[in-house]
This record gives sequence, structure tokens and C-alpha cells, in this order.
Amino acid sequence: MKLGGGILIALGVIAAGVLVADLRVNPYLYFAGYVILQYVVIATAWNILGGYAGYVNFGTPAFFALGAYTAVFLIQWARAPLYVLIIAGGLVSALLGLGIGYLTLRLRGVFFSIATLALSIVLQTFVINWDYVGGSKGVTVIRPSAPLFGSHVKFLFAVMVCLAVLAVTAAWLIERSWVGRGLSALRDNEEAAECMGVPTLRLKLFATTISGFLLGVAGAPFPYYVTYVEPSSAFNLDYAINALAMPMIGGTTTWIGPVIGAVLLGTAQQVATVTISSELNLLIVGVVLVAFVVLAPEGLVGLARRLRGR
Amino acid sequence: MFSWDLLANAVVAGILVGGFYAAVSLGVSLTFGLLDVVNIAQPAFVIVGSYAAFVMNSTYGVDPILTGILMTPLFYLLGAIVYRVYYASFERRGEETNRGLVFFFGVLFIVEVSLSLKFGVDYRLVEAPYIGKSIDIAGVGIAFRLLVPCVVGLLMTLALYLFLSRTFFGRAIMAVSQDRLALRLMGANPVRVKTIAFGIGIAAASLAGALLVTIAPVVPSTDRDYIGRVFAITVLGGMGSIGGTLAAAMMLGVAESLMATFFGPSWSLAVSFGILLLALAVRPAGLFGR
Repeated sequence: MKLGGGILIALGVIAAGVLVADLRVNPYLYFAGYVILQYVVIATAWNILGGYAGYVNFGTPAFFALGAYTAVFLIQWARAPLYVLIIAGGLVSALLGLGIGYLTLRLRGVFFSIATLALSIVLQTFVINWDYVGGSKGVTVIRPSAPLFGSHVKFLFAVMVCLAVLAVTAAWLIERSWVGRGLSALRDNEEAAECMGVPTLRLKLFATTISGFLLGVAGAPFPYYVTYVEPSSAFNLDYAINALAMPMIGGTTTWIGPVIGAVLLGTAQQVATVTISSELNLLIVGVVLVAFVVLAPEGLVGLARRLRGR
Repeated sequence: MFSWDLLANAVVAGILVGGFYAAVSLGVSLTFGLLDVVNIAQPAFVIVGSYAAFVMNSTYGVDPILTGILMTPLFYLLGAIVYRVYYASFERRGEETNRGLVFFFGVLFIVEVSLSLKFGVDYRLVEAPYIGKSIDIAGVGIAFRLLVPCVVGLLMTLALYLFLSRTFFGRAIMAVSQDRLALRLMGANPVRVKTIAFGIGIAAASLAGALLVTIAPVVPSTDRDYIGRVFAITVLGGMGSIGGTLAAAMMLGVAESLMATFFGPSWSLAVSFGILLLALAVRPAGLFGR
């Protein structure tokens, strides 16, 4: 795909999203659609670090919640508009990403993953004890009147369409450039890549920062979406397993993998939540994740390639 | 206001809890510390042990710790099966690190969600004659519901230590952790040895779970709190050193107890994860490195 074609498709998706937001259909569809699109952003962001660079991040909730709580803070403090919340949430999470990037100097593989998990819990403890953003009780956020489409959920849906396009475009550009090739070189063998002159530290810092930024961006509209933010929902470990499972199901080596995984698994979860129970949908994620990692570690994209190869 | 009584009580409670933490961490010390199998699902198996103790206690009135001991063969079998699946899917293909980690993370969720589908998300507790009683020594209260798990935890630690240093299979496990190839050249089968070790690790979870439900009520998601504790203790304890695990468990128990007493219980969880982060960032070999 050429660069121009890619941009055209991206703009087309945004236009389609705006058109869909303007339709008069069941409002629940926008609620569900928002969550699925949010997972497209999260899965794509996770994959930039986890799939391209091979550093498995269990700390997705930390980044997501940091974006959400940055937004809560700015709403409490200055009633900042949504675009400010998104940019600020992204930047704060990007800083955290830069921090864990330096952690990769000492920690690899399993130890990196456990450290990110620890990071998430430590941050949660701080938020629980920080009363300005609601502490453990949580905080209620009052939405301003919707600037477009007459309904806030529709508006946030359209915003999430744009953010999803942004995230996927970023992943697509990284994959096509020397950065993507450098990242996959260090994923396969970090020492060998370093010896061949790949600037591994700079690339890792880039990957963790971008990944953190996009995760924060995904979390920033969250307070307006749920209107009630509490630490145990914002720091939910469900985000960690979903962020992991979606790219694994789709395929971690290409930009389309996380998108496929997020759409399939996100939709399945929404359907299961409505028709059966919200606990069962986590069971589905766990079972599907284990099944894929055991039976089809290359994901659906890998399966499709193998079929076409025959 | 600072009070020496408060401090003494906090330290004693911390040491008692530390003995129990050692029991929870032994399985991970064995599987992750010695054998490099990233068994992040261990806390979930511990909770299964808690629920087994709860079911036996509430339906037949069996003592929770007795249940924990009786269930060890079943847990051993479960552990052996999980390891065989892990081995066939990842280790044999040489892709264990990241995918194995993801595998165990998935197993953690499956176990946890299955428990909450079966038992709901209410807090469950057990009854035993020693729960609720305590003795008072010079102003320091010692609760039996903490003392009993601590003693059992210490016995488990001792048993595992003796097993690893004195018995044939124990030495074989140490040998696998040192040099897998050399073991194979001696005609032993590292996969079989690792299966046994993993089975023992999960069997320890049965007893540890029984201790957990003796100390405090549990819900299926309690396992999430223990991931950080267990790995903090394993890393600090020097990855597979049994004595180091006990020392690190005691340290963490006391640190958490002091934090909870003087700053409030909502901070105590940050202690274990904070110590873990520091340990990983500053000295990944742990305080008692091999």
C-alpha cells in the first residue's frame, strides 16, 4: 500500500465514522462501538511495544488509568476541553512510557513484564490515597453539553474513531519505516542487533514512549464516557489481559493483527456481556488467549498466510 | 503519637504473616526461581486451595489445614499436567519466555474467572477452633489464626529445604537448575525432573491456600494481590534460594505490617510492589543471590 492510499483510507474511515455517528440507531450501539474502538487503540498501542519490539507489557492499566486520571485532574482543576484532556493524558502516559523504556536497560523478558505489573499496582495505590481525584471512593464527572451530534455518546464515539485511525496510522508508519525493521531486529536478538549498529536503546525508548502515549490517549476520554471514575475500574487488570490477547489473536507482527483481534474479541465480549454475563466474557478472553498462544502463536494473520502459502 | 507497644505488635504480626508469605512463595521459588518456568498463575492455584478448604470446611466441617494437606496429591497431579502442556507447547520449541508468560497469565485468568462463576464474588471464610483466639505476651498479642499458618509455613519451608538438599529427587531438581545439558549427559531426564518439581510447586499452593483462608476471608480476585508479593519475595530472596525466600518473606511481612500500622492499610499493597520494582531496578540478583 502506498502512503497516499493509506492516508485516503484513513480519511475515509474517519468520514464513515462521522456519518455513522450522525445516524439514528439504537444508542447502545455507540456505547458498545466506543469500547471496541477503544480496544483497537489499546491493542495497537500495546503491539508497538509487545509485538514489534517483543517486550510484553502487563502494565496497560497503569497507562490507561494515567490518561484517565490526568483527564479527571484537568476537569477538576480547570474544566479543560476534551482535546486538551486527550493531548495531556497522552503526554503524561508517554512520560511514564519513557520511564519504563529506561527500565529495559536492566530488565528483559519476564522481569520487564513483572515490573510493569508492579508499576500498575503502585500507581493504583497512589491514586487510592489521592483525594483530589476521588481517592478510593471515585469521582463523578459532569459532562459538558455535547458539541456535536446532539448526544455525548455519539460525540465520544466519533472522537474514538479518530483516535483509532491515529493509532493504526502510527503503527502502520512505524512498521513501514526503518524504525519497524530495527524493532523487529532487536526483538529477534537484541545483542546481535546492537552489534550490527541498530540503536537499540533509542528504538526501545521510542517504542515505549509511543506505546505509552497512545494508551494514555485511549484513557483520556474515559471519564466522560463512564462519568464515574474509580481506581478499581480504571486500573482494572482486564485491560492488561485484553491488550495482550487481542494482538495475540490477530497476529503481532503486522498493524492489521491487533485491529482484527480487537474487533473480533471486543465484539464477542460486548455480545457476551449483554446476552450472558460480564464474568463469562473474561473467561472467553482467557480461554481464547491460551488456545491461540498454544495452537496458533502467529495469530489469525499467521494462519491466513499459512493457508495462502499452500 | 509513637507507641512502642504498637511497634512491637506490628513487628510480631509482620513476622507471623511473613511465615505465611514464605509458604505462598515456595512454589514460585521452586518453579520460577530454580527452573525458569514463569509460573505467574501460582497465586490463582493458591486461591483454588483456599476454596477447596472452604468447601470441605463448610460442608463437612474439616479443618482447613488438614484439607490443605489432603489435597496435595490432586494439586500435584494438576501441576504435572499444566507443566506437560507448557513443555509440549513452548519449551520443546524453545519459545518459552514471552509466550510461556502469556500462557500462564491466561491460565491465571481462567482459574480466577472459573472460581467466580462457581462461587460468586462474596468473601468466603472457614471456621476452626483456633481461629479467633489469641495469647498475650508482655503486651504483644499473638493471634492463633496468624500463629498457626506461620508455624505451618515454617515447617513447609524446612521440609522443602531438606527435600532439595538431602533427597535424590531434590538434588536432581538442583542439578536441572544448574546445568540441564550436563544432567542429560548423566543419563537423567530433565523433563521428568521438572514435571516433579512443578507438581510439588503447585502442591504447595494447596496448603498455602488453606493457610490464606485461615488468616482472612478470600474472594477469587485475591490472587491479584499476591502476584506482586510472591514475585517480590522470590526475586529478593535470590531466585530459588529457600533460606533467602524465608528471609525475604519475613522482611516483606514486617515492612507491610509497619506500613499498615503507621500509614494505613491502603498503602500496604504498595510496599510489596514498590520493593519489587526497586529490587528489579537496582539489584535483580536479589539480596540473597545464589
